[in-house]
Amino acid sequence: MGQTAAESLLDEALGLVAGAEDERTLDDVRVRFLGKKGALTAQLKELGKLPPEQRREAGQAVNRAKQSLEQAIQAKGDELGRKRLAEQLEAESVDVTLPGRRHEAGGLHPVSRALDRLLDIFRQLGFDVATGPEVEDDYFNFEALNFPPHHPARAMHDTFYLPDGRLLRTHTSPVQIRVMKEQSPPVRIVAPGRVFRSDSDQTHTPQFHQVEGLLVDRDVTFADLKGLLSDFVNAFFEDDLEMRLRPSYFPFTEPSAEVDVRWRNADGTPGNWLEVLGCGMVHPNVLTNCGIDPEEYTGYAFGLGVERFAMLRYRVDDLRLFFDNDLRFLRQFR
Amino acid sequence: MKISYRWLTEWADTDLAAEEVAERFTLAGLEVDSVEPVAPPLDGVVVGEIVAIDPHPDADRLRVCTVQGDSEERTIVCGAPNARAGMKAPLATLGTKLPGGLKIKPAKLRGVASAGMLCSEPELGLGEDASGLMELPADAPVGESLASYLGLDDRVLEIDLTPNRADCLSVRGLARELGAIEGCPVNSPMIEAVDPESKRAIDIELQSPEDCPRYIGRVIEGIDPQAATPTWMVEKLRRSGIRSLGPIVDVTNYVLLELGQPMHAFDMAAIKGGIRVRRAVKGDRMTLLDGQEIEPDEDMLLIADHESPLALGGVMGGLDSAVGEQTRDILLESAWFNPVVISGRARRLGLATESAHRYERGVDPQLQRKAVERATALILEIAGGQAGPVVEECKERYLPEAAPVRLRLGRINRVLGSELDANEVSGILERLEMQVWRDGEDFVVKAPSARRDIEIEADLIEEVARIYGYDRLPSRRPGGRLTLNVPPETRLPGRILRQQLAARGFQQVMTWSFVGLDRLEAFGVGHGAQPLANPLSRDMAVLRTSLLPGMVEVAARNLRRQHDTFRLFECGDCFVADDAGFDERERLGLLMTGSASAEHFSEIAREADFFDLKGEIEHLLERNAIDGEIRFRRSEWTWLHPGQSAEVLIDGRSVGWLGQLHPALQRDLDIGQAIFVAELDVASVSRSVLPAHHDTGRYPAVRRDLAVVVGDEHAAADLLDSLHKEAGNLLEKALVFDQYRGEGIESGCRSLAIGLIFRDVSRTLKDSEVDDLINRLVARLEERFGAKLRG
Repeated sequence: MGQTAAESLLDEALGLVAGAEDERTLDDVRVRFLGKKGALTAQLKELGKLPPEQRREAGQAVNRAKQSLEQAIQAKGDELGRKRLAEQLEAESVDVTLPGRRHEAGGLHPVSRALDRLLDIFRQLGFDVATGPEVEDDYFNFEALNFPPHHPARAMHDTFYLPDGRLLRTHTSPVQIRVMKEQSPPVRIVAPGRVFRSDSDQTHTPQFHQVEGLLVDRDVTFADLKGLLSDFVNAFFEDDLEMRLRPSYFPFTEPSAEVDVRWRNADGTPGNWLEVLGCGMVHPNVLTNCGIDPEEYTGYAFGLGVERFAMLRYRVDDLRLFFDNDLRFLRQFR
Repeated sequence: MKISYRWLTEWADTDLAAEEVAERFTLAGLEVDSVEPVAPPLDGVVVGEIVAIDPHPDADRLRVCTVQGDSEERTIVCGAPNARAGMKAPLATLGTKLPGGLKIKPAKLRGVASAGMLCSEPELGLGEDASGLMELPADAPVGESLASYLGLDDRVLEIDLTPNRADCLSVRGLARELGAIEGCPVNSPMIEAVDPESKRAIDIELQSPEDCPRYIGRVIEGIDPQAATPTWMVEKLRRSGIRSLGPIVDVTNYVLLELGQPMHAFDMAAIKGGIRVRRAVKGDRMTLLDGQEIEPDEDMLLIADHESPLALGGVMGGLDSAVGEQTRDILLESAWFNPVVISGRARRLGLATESAHRYERGVDPQLQRKAVERATALILEIAGGQAGPVVEECKERYLPEAAPVRLRLGRINRVLGSELDANEVSGILERLEMQVWRDGEDFVVKAPSARRDIEIEADLIEEVARIYGYDRLPSRRPGGRLTLNVPPETRLPGRILRQQLAARGFQQVMTWSFVGLDRLEAFGVGHGAQPLANPLSRDMAVLRTSLLPGMVEVAARNLRRQHDTFRLFECGDCFVADDAGFDERERLGLLMTGSASAEHFSEIAREADFFDLKGEIEHLLERNAIDGEIRFRRSEWTWLHPGQSAEVLIDGRSVGWLGQLHPALQRDLDIGQAIFVAELDVASVSRSVLPAHHDTGRYPAVRRDLAVVVGDEHAAADLLDSLHKEAGNLLEKALVFDQYRGEGIESGCRSLAIGLIFRDVSRTLKDSEVDDLINRLVARLEERFGAKLRG
């Protein structure tokens, strides 16, 4: 049995579909065979001219051919679409190793970074952060802290004075007086801030930063102070360093101590003792000056230099780098 | 305080090595900074004697010495002016390596063979006198090693004493301390009263008894001006860092080191009448021992005679009454001065003396007589003479009294968290030479008179803790009562602010709180600069009124170091003192320079400009929902470009400024590129609004764009304000998305393209409503600003 006209048209059309290289050519095939004036459409229109007994069979043949062609065009269309997308994506691909569009990253000053970490630790230990002014008067900086009026301990502070007798605070300890005068025990604060000493050489800058801590409550003992500092030091350095307290003298604490930690050498072996903190039990005169009964309450205080901790933590060997503000130095700490 | 280990162990009977003593002291609060040998190794250096001396045939300055040393005689060519026959001096034998690195080899000096070297003090590291050979006493055994003869196998402990421990500024005090720490016996030399052999006395008047309640004077007549200080004393002094200055002065210094009593010796011939201890008055003048001429302040204490000042009490003697080579009769002074009248005086005159150092900190008020007897005995032994009677003037009631202090065992343990028992406590106190009486669970304690620092119970608790050992005291992990003290949620923590800025590419810097006034004035921010009374230097003379000069300096420095694009910020207190009073407040400084973004292959980077910095400020304020209406108002500051500067206002209140650094200033500072700077009040930009939900609606917004031509004198913000006012709540947002000047726009005008976003939270807006609104808005702009719709 020979091919029907529809079948031969289908063969021709399928050949063209298979050969179509783009969607436009494919669409031309669709129009040519299936469009309003298309060849297969024309076949349908021709059916009316056939004798009625042939119409049904011929009609089915044309419709089969139409369906087949539609499916083929659809499939080919999908294939060409995928190909086109793939080509487009290929064309749009970038070198992902080229840099992104951005500005230079910023960062915190290392002293600020160390200070944030210090305060984080003390906050976890239940201390509130308190602050006070940098320009202080003699009362808060010295007198209330039990510095006798003519004592050499004052001279050791190398104080910057204003012409009217006020001064740049030499430590953040005045904040403890301000807080204790406002608040009754329990008092549990740390006071961070900038302090000043008229001293400038390799290991001293005329300004630096301190954190002073104060805890006043019933039954606070030297043992509590030792325990707190040990936990604090090891939390800060993420280590288990040996710590020792040496008796010392500060007018506002008694007993007083300097705290040393046994530093670790680069190879992890125990190194030298390094002084990192000053501390002691709050002097009864200081409590009395703030209206707190030293028989009822005891307390401890400690003070540390933020630059010192930053130097140890980040292995900075020259204090003066902190205030030189060289960007290459600073960008190491962000 | 520097002290020889051997000297210390003459007093304190211990087997501990010097390093171990240092460790014990340090852990008891007497911080030992260093333990050093008293001399470099001197192997090969022996006691030599010049047996004969002849001129050098070819050199006037050199002489040829025949020297007896360890073995046979040898010839040594020597240039020292003090070389003479019979003299004993250190001899560096052949093969010796001197501390300076010189190796002694056979040599020919101007044709004469020399087999060794006679040495001066500095050549051996034993002193500073380079004027000639180091002369050894006539009885020094020839041939003995110098190190063993001088006892150089000794160490010097340098102790950094805290100001409360004046009692340890002597061998006596340190030995007592070591005795307490180690429990070792302490021997003190026998000090007996020297019976007067002469009747010569001195008249003493205490005219200011509160300042000087005790003054002891003793005349010693007929001392031998030829006498020399014995080597053992010179060496002990040297090891404490004190130079030998002749027997009388050496003895006073020796007693100062040994007992802790500063002493002074006057030449009796210079004293007219008697001694008057008085405050300085106007017109007093004197020359101090160091040659400094002073007119003492009226709060200074003088030792004067009946005519003029002799010494600045407790600080330094006077030149005119100093003991010299001609002195035959001396007056020894041993006094107690109140620290209050000494403190700070030496410093004021630029002096630091051993005497003032001790008096400022407090000398043992019961030591003066003992010291004068000790010094007398030593002087008589070394320089001969006849001692007169001890003349003591004393106003007992002005002397400090060591009052007994009550110490409660319970209190000790309450403060220390310890469980010490009574015997342990009293044992410690007794080792410190305190008198202890038991009273039930309590003690009554009297400290030795040298311990000026024991006044209250806490002082004794510290002593107990210190000697018991801080390391042996218990330790307790953190705990205790917690209190909650939370800052308000609407208060932006400084730390968050700093991190936000860092995330936006700003690098934090920290500059000095003090600057030079001229620098502030160069920026025009000198108003209200607070000067310091004692600045370190002229360029650190006043407190900063603004962060600007410091930050610009940092920028300039980094530009010089080849950084061309960066953003900086600083947070810190600034200070203004003016008619309104003194104001200290924290400021936030921002600085931006170079490209708006990092270099990128895809485009040529645009230079950062005013709007980059403004955008950062807007971003910061918006991110933190700052409480209040934020406005930027054009304004002028001397340090900013007059056309690119704005004041930042929150609710109409000025909180800062921003703009481009004035190009003239930039040029003056030798900066080659535009710098954009801002400064904000930290407190004002740290108060945010607590969020409160309101219905945002689900109905769509409608956007319409307008382009209007408006005169340059009108600020864009004023147009937007006017639009908001007219449209009310329906106008959700208005924004300028384009600005155009040039062709088609009249000069002096610009075209602004404004996007208007309308929304009603309760319904969908109808086009006709929006059209009506737009017409009203256009009319409003025309009416207020003469703005015309762009055709």
